[in-house]
Amino acid sequence: MAYSFSGGIHPEYHKQLTAGKPIETLKAPAKVVLPMSMHIGAPCQPLVAVGDKVDLGQKIADSPAAVSAPVHATISGTVTSIAPMPHPTGAKVLSIVIENDFEDRLSPAIHPVDWEGMTTDEICAVIREAGIVGHGGAAFPTHIKIKSAIGKVDTMIINAAECEPYITSDHRLLLERPEEMMGGVAILLKACGLKTCTLAVEKNKDNAFAGIRKLMEGRNDITLLPMNVKYPQGAEKQLIFTVTGREVPSGGLPADAGCIVFNADTVGAVYRAFHQGMPMIRRIVTVSGSAIGNPKNLEARIGTPLADLVEACGGFKEEPKKMLMGGPMMGNPQYTLDAPVIKGTNAFLGFSGSEDKTVEHPTCIRCGKCVSVCPMHLTPVYLNMYATAGRLDEAAELGMLDCIECGCCSYECPGRLYLVQTFRAAKQRIQEERRKKQAEEKARKEAETAKKAKEEGNAK
Amino acid sequence: MSDLKQVIATSSPHIKTEDDTRAIMLDVIIALLPAFAISIFTFGARAASIVAVSVITAVLCEWLYRRLMKKPQTVGDLSAVVTGMLLAYNVPVTIPLWVPMIGSAFAIIVVKQLYGGIGKNFMNPALAARAFLFSWPVLMTTWVMPRTALPLFATPVDVVSAATPLATLKGGALPDGVSLLQCLLGQTGGCLGETSALCLLAGGLYLVYRRVISVRIPLAYLGTVAVLCLLFPMGNDPFLWTGYQLLSGGLMLGAIFMATDYATSPVTAKGQILFGVGCGLITVFIRYFGSYAEGVSYSILIMNATVWLIDKYLRPRKFGYQKPKKEKKPAKAAEGGAA
Repeated sequence: MAYSFSGGIHPEYHKQLTAGKPIETLKAPAKVVLPMSMHIGAPCQPLVAVGDKVDLGQKIADSPAAVSAPVHATISGTVTSIAPMPHPTGAKVLSIVIENDFEDRLSPAIHPVDWEGMTTDEICAVIREAGIVGHGGAAFPTHIKIKSAIGKVDTMIINAAECEPYITSDHRLLLERPEEMMGGVAILLKACGLKTCTLAVEKNKDNAFAGIRKLMEGRNDITLLPMNVKYPQGAEKQLIFTVTGREVPSGGLPADAGCIVFNADTVGAVYRAFHQGMPMIRRIVTVSGSAIGNPKNLEARIGTPLADLVEACGGFKEEPKKMLMGGPMMGNPQYTLDAPVIKGTNAFLGFSGSEDKTVEHPTCIRCGKCVSVCPMHLTPVYLNMYATAGRLDEAAELGMLDCIECGCCSYECPGRLYLVQTFRAAKQRIQEERRKKQAEEKARKEAETAKKAKEEGNAK
Repeated sequence: MSDLKQVIATSSPHIKTEDDTRAIMLDVIIALLPAFAISIFTFGARAASIVAVSVITAVLCEWLYRRLMKKPQTVGDLSAVVTGMLLAYNVPVTIPLWVPMIGSAFAIIVVKQLYGGIGKNFMNPALAARAFLFSWPVLMTTWVMPRTALPLFATPVDVVSAATPLATLKGGALPDGVSLLQCLLGQTGGCLGETSALCLLAGGLYLVYRRVISVRIPLAYLGTVAVLCLLFPMGNDPFLWTGYQLLSGGLMLGAIFMATDYATSPVTAKGQILFGVGCGLITVFIRYFGSYAEGVSYSILIMNATVWLIDKYLRPRKFGYQKPKKEKKPAKAAEGGAA
C-alpha cells in the first residue's frame, strides 16, 4: 500500500515552534465559559441555575435528542450567568459561566468504570455520559459514531496524522502519554466488536514511535502505520484511502467503506472516562503563530477564555492581524479573546503578518495547479467558473458537494482566488435548493393524495 | 493586551504558497534565458535588439490597454514579458524591427486582451501573432547562417536566405553538413530562439523542477513525434531521421514553452497527455504532407481550439466514484467482525 493519497500539498509546517515543547498544564482560569453547543447535533439544555454550586466533572447540561453530548463543569465553583456568549464559530451561543472557587472539588459521580465485561451499548452509554466528541475538529458525538458503525465496519483507524501546519497537540500526546491512547484502543475495539486497529501517524512524529512500539509489545491489536507527510493526510477520506486503499463513496460515511476513524486524543478521552471516570473537561491546545510571544502546548480546561491561553504564552509579541481556532488550512477565524476553548479546539493561532497573501484583484491564469492538488480529484478551476457564473447545476455535476474544503486549491492558487470561500457558498446554495425542491415535491405529492382521497370520497 | 482592532476574519485557508502569478512568469523568463544567450552568441547582438523591441512593445500595449479600458493594471504579472520574448523567439533574426512590434501588439491586444486578459485567451498569443505575421512570408522565412554580420537596428539588405535543417528534412533527406550536435547547440539557421535544443531543454528542466509545468505535454508531444518519425523515416536511417526531426525547427520551443501555456492547454492530466499527442500528430502531419516546412505553431494553435472540449470530457475520476466491484471481501469481513 502506498503510504499516501494522490493530490495534496506540502505547506510550510512551522511545527518546530512547539514540537519540542512539553505539554504544560494551564492553571484553572478564574471563570470558564461553557457553550451549550460544542458538538454536532442538538444543543444542550442547562441542568443548573444561576447561583448553583457545581463540582468538577458534574454534568451541568444535557439534551434528550438522539445526537448530542452532555456538558460538564470543568472547574468547581458557582454558576454566575447563563446567557449567550461569544463562541469560536463567531456566533453567540447560550453558555454557562462558572466562577472558580479554586477548590477543584471532585463531583461524587466520578469513579472509574470497569469496561471488561461491558456490552457495546453499555460502553457507549459511558462514553455518552462523559460528553466525548471527536477531537479532530468536527466534534461528532463518539457514541453515535460507534453505534452507527456496528456491523458495517471491519477496520478501525486511529487518526494521529495531524497534517495541519503549526499544530503539535497530538504529537505531544503520542510522545508524552501514549499509554492513554493505547489503553483507549482496547475499549473502543471491544465496543466496535473488532480485533485490530491501525494507528496512522505522519512520519514527522517519528520520535514518538519508540514509546508507542514499547507499549505495543505483547499486544497484537494495534499496528503502527507511518505515513508520508502531506496535507490533508488526516482528512478522513484520504486517511482511509492511505490505510486501506478504499474510497469512501461520494456522499457516504467512513462506515460505507467499512471503516471507523477516531482521533488519537478522542481515544485518550475514552481511556480517561473509564480509568479515571473523568468526563471531557480538558484539551491539549497548541498556541502558536507569528504573533504569539512564546508558543506552547497547553493543557487547558474546556471553557478557558482564549485570553488566558495567550497570556500563558507571553501575550502577543506583535499586534495580531488574524487569530484562528484550529489549523491555518481549515481553522475558524476569531475576533475576540472572550471566546472559550471548546471540545473541538486543538489549536489557537495568532498571525501578525500577511500569511494569507490576499491581493486586490484575484485572477485565474488557468494554470491547473488546483486540479493537480485536489485530494478529491475535482476540477476547482471549472467549479469556480460555474459557481461564480451562478450555474449551480453544472457545478453540482462537477462534484461541488464532494469538496471537503481542505483548502489545497486556494493555498496553491498563484492568482490568489478565493476558491474555498466560493465553494462553501455554492455548496450551501446547492443544498438549499435541493431541500427546497424536495419540500415542493413533498407538498405536491401530499396535495395529490389529498385530492385523490377527496375524489374517492366523492365517488362513494 | 492588544485591543485587537486590527484583527481580520476571512475564509480559510489562512496561508498561501509563495509562488504567485508573477513568480511563475519570472520562472518562465529565467527558463528562456539560456536560449536567449545562445541566440546572441549565434546570431549576434541583433537578436537582443529584436527581443527588446518585442518585449517593450508587448508590455507597453498591455499597460496602455488596461489603462485606457480602466481595468486593473496587470503589467506587474510579467506575462506580457513572456509573450514578447516568445514572439521574438519565433521570428528570424533578419526581420525588420517593425514586424515584431506589430506582432507583439497583435498578440497582446487582439489575442489576449480582447478576450479578457491573462488566463482568458483561447489561443497562445505569441503563436497566433506569428501566424498573423506570415502575412509577410518572405520576411518571416529569411534565414541566415550562424555568425552572419547583421546591423543592430537597421533592416539587413541583400541577405541570402540560407536553408534550415528543417527545409532539407522537408525534402525527405537528412541535412547535409549540419550535425546533430550543431542542432543541439543551435549552430544552424532558424528562428532566433528555437535553434538550440539543449538550451531549451535546460529551461524546460528548470520549469519542471520549479513545478511551473508538468512533463506531460512536452513528453507526450515529443514522444508522439519520435514514434511517428521512427516508424516512417522516409527511407532514411530511422534514428538519425528522428534525431534531426526532434532537434530541428521549433519543436523544442513549441513543446516546452508554447504547448504548455496555461491558458491554452488542458488542466487535467489525461487532457494534457491527449493534447500533447494531438500536437505531435498534427506537427508530423504538416511536416510530412503540408506545404509549410514547419508544423509546430499551427499544430499547437489547432489543439488550442480543442482545449475546452478536452477538459470537458477528460476529467479525472472523482474520489469516491469508484465502480463498486472489487470491495466484496471487506463486507464479508465486517459481518464476521460484528458477530
